[in-house]
Amino acid sequence: MRFKGKDLLGIEDLDASDIDLVLSTAESLREVSEREIKKVPTLRGKTIINLFYEPSTRTRTSFEIAAKRMSADAVNISVSTSSVVKGETIKDTAKNLEAMKPDCIVIRHSASGVPMMLANYVKCSVVNAGDGAHEHPSQALLDMLTVKEKKGAIAGLKLSIIGDITHSRVARSNIYGFTKLGAQVTVAGPPTMVPPGIEKLGCRATSSMDDAIKDADVIMMLRIQLERQKESFFPSVREYSRLYGLDEAKLNRAKKDVLILHPGPINRGVEVSSEVADGPHSLILDQVTNGVAVRMAIFYLLLGAAKE
Amino acid sequence: MNRLIIKGGRFLDPVAGIDGIFNIYVMGGRVASFKPAYADTTEITPGPGVEVIDAKGLLVTPGLIDVHAHLREPGFEYKETIRTGTLAAAAGGFTSILCMANTRPVNDNESVTRYIRKKAEEEGVVNVFPVGAVSVGQNGERLTEMFELKSAGCVAVSDDGMPIVDGGLMRRALEYSKICDLPVISHAEDPTLAGSGAMNEGEVSTRLGLKGIPGAAEESVVARDIALARLTGGRLHIAHVSTRGSVELIRMAKEEGLKVTAEATPHHLTLTDEAVLKYSTNAKMNPPLRSSGDVEALRKGLKDGTIDCVATDHAPQSIMEKDIEFDRAANGVVGIETAFSLIYGLVAEGLLTLNEAVSAMTIEPARAMGLDKGTLRVGSAADIAIIDLAKGWTVDPAKLRSKSKNTPFAGMTLKGVVEKTIVGGKTVYSRE
Amino acid sequence: MDEKGIERALARIAHEILERNKGTEGLVVLGIPTRGYGLAQRLQSIIEGIEGVRLPTGAVDATLYRDDLGIKKEQPSLKKMDIPIPIDGLTIILVDDVLFTGRTIRAAMNALMDFGRPRSIQLAVLVDRGHRELPIKPDYVGKNIPTSLKEGVRVRLKEIDGMSEITVIEKE
Repeated sequence: MRFKGKDLLGIEDLDASDIDLVLSTAESLREVSEREIKKVPTLRGKTIINLFYEPSTRTRTSFEIAAKRMSADAVNISVSTSSVVKGETIKDTAKNLEAMKPDCIVIRHSASGVPMMLANYVKCSVVNAGDGAHEHPSQALLDMLTVKEKKGAIAGLKLSIIGDITHSRVARSNIYGFTKLGAQVTVAGPPTMVPPGIEKLGCRATSSMDDAIKDADVIMMLRIQLERQKESFFPSVREYSRLYGLDEAKLNRAKKDVLILHPGPINRGVEVSSEVADGPHSLILDQVTNGVAVRMAIFYLLLGAAKE
Repeated sequence: MNRLIIKGGRFLDPVAGIDGIFNIYVMGGRVASFKPAYADTTEITPGPGVEVIDAKGLLVTPGLIDVHAHLREPGFEYKETIRTGTLAAAAGGFTSILCMANTRPVNDNESVTRYIRKKAEEEGVVNVFPVGAVSVGQNGERLTEMFELKSAGCVAVSDDGMPIVDGGLMRRALEYSKICDLPVISHAEDPTLAGSGAMNEGEVSTRLGLKGIPGAAEESVVARDIALARLTGGRLHIAHVSTRGSVELIRMAKEEGLKVTAEATPHHLTLTDEAVLKYSTNAKMNPPLRSSGDVEALRKGLKDGTIDCVATDHAPQSIMEKDIEFDRAANGVVGIETAFSLIYGLVAEGLLTLNEAVSAMTIEPARAMGLDKGTLRVGSAADIAIIDLAKGWTVDPAKLRSKSKNTPFAGMTLKGVVEKTIVGGKTVYSRE
Repeated sequence: MDEKGIERALARIAHEILERNKGTEGLVVLGIPTRGYGLAQRLQSIIEGIEGVRLPTGAVDATLYRDDLGIKKEQPSLKKMDIPIPIDGLTIILVDDVLFTGRTIRAAMNALMDFGRPRSIQLAVLVDRGHRELPIKPDYVGKNIPTSLKEGVRVRLKEIDGMSEITVIEKE
């Protein structure tokens, strides 16, 4: 089966069968990372450029390891956004990189929509590794893989995403992904951080933490950017964490077999208490492991067939 | 003396209440006479000094008037010049335009105003009426010398492009401008509410993960300015109205009898924020494209006269400012060449009568700015647009006369083609 | 060939494996998914019936090692890789349904080498249809079916396809 299109820009563009294909491919590839020799020759001779305009050691490393385990050559380019203001445009960067004949560019940018711009400029595949508050498709795919691994299936589950929904690309991609696979998604956070019209994406919105956790099969806690306090999205870390932080007391009101996800890096004691982050419900490290498998699957599906 | 005869066209002049087949005689750049074609027995033959335009099957109207254009000169000639901007205006059927003060240097003193007028006389092809700044350097701090600006040729004052944040300054502007009877054009926006927003706040901004600008950012300042118009008795004109709430506020102000007028742009009357999907920077402007409910309210407002006129907010931006990240891309769309066709589209949809549409693009903008334009009488300057309503065209940015190509209407097929534009009896645009 | 024929061929192959390797010591049976893996499981139970020993059995998916990735319009979907025990020093009975060009077997052997250093690899196939493109020769063959390149051989197994048969089909 062929993956539709040359790029992976967002989960909104995928249908359920595309997502299933990525997940089943990732399930097969998970084994490679368990081997003594963690490498398969599949993408020998392919060049993958990780173009990161935003610092992210975790995601960049995950993409890099995934590329290397598939035998592709991975090159990392980190551009500090401050130099970009005076520097060359995305278009010029795109054309320059393309002249080096890469097979795929993985891009992370603080402005929403940049991966789509890039994909319009270049012929090679483009993978969105997170753009502004828009989408972070590989994160949502690894979240779905992690939940599927534990629960067997996604359909019929209840997922609650809690925190700063407004500024979260992880929330958007997961709302699209989980609803497409038949889960019911609830988002919860202070009204200052739940954006207008979010229900139109297919989820339910609430400002009550209790409402969000009581029937949930899966709780996804989002990282809170502490800088948001300065813009009055919330008055203090103390009050935020009291209302929307997940600690053991709140966890006791959730289902006994609830799963806890967090895209990382965690602010311990703010959105998740240490006991919960390290506790039996937490899948935070499974997410990291699955991240590599999902990104290997993305590369295989985008680069494993002849070009059009 | 040179003569021009426009023969057999459908002449529509809302002020005169004329809609019929007329022959129009122009002599020395002024209208000499109108004759109903059926009663005109004059032998019309072109000859030396006599030009004849056969307008059979075409609409003939007073030249269109745009009270809101950015010609970018002086200072931003790479985006537009008075030459290219007026050529574009002529191609859109416009014969008179107001140009905003946010040039570099800002048009905040009579020498800049005189420069613009001189350039317009030398290189421009339509009548150009400068708008002076309200505050020096558009800094929102000190009032400009409005009397001198008026003496030099400004017909209104505005800090358009920048909101006037300081309510006290806006009050003084509305009071002081009464000396010279200049309308104050308000770019109504509360920057603390607009923040770093890049588009309308709503479902689409949520989907795209772009920061939104709520309608309240505009409405709160419209409300403030109306209150100040009541307080001062000054002439207030609200630029580029974009929300339902603003329309309601203006409607109430008019019912109260305040000296408030308002304009809406063709893009706000025809597009919603869904045009931004796919991060199209050519759909990025300020105020942003709003929801379908807002568009509906604007259309109703235009129909019932709450919105007095159509103004293009023609805002050329170069590819350097547009072909970049959406967040960083400049605001603005070019619109002077597509304006009539878009408004005629509303006529074709049955939302406006042709009379209302022509009125909103001729006499109403003239009245709002106090210009002696927008209608054709014997003796008035022969500013005329000739339009083929039956013909359609597809918007091709490469073919626009404007120096900049930032249109959100690229590829769309519109109805109503401007055939000829005549300014002071001289044909300044003729479709190839 | 029908179910009975397939069973008979597999029984013979099982006996040959045991004879050649002098019993079950150090043997592991790995099938290439999907049908090669089905055949491997069948061999496992036949050998268990004969010797009373249940050989470790698994699957080796050769997809990631294929030499035609990036050439075909569609990439093949990945199957399961299941190597049940460390293979160093063991004798692997590699099982597939149809042996044709030999390229899949090459890919499967490369995959196995990434898991360790087996003592030897022996190849068992249900059908050898000829047309080898690589120097690969089977050790155990259920049936030789000479074919033309215009033909294909289709193997169906009842546990996978609901019925068992081997047929020669015309390719479109």
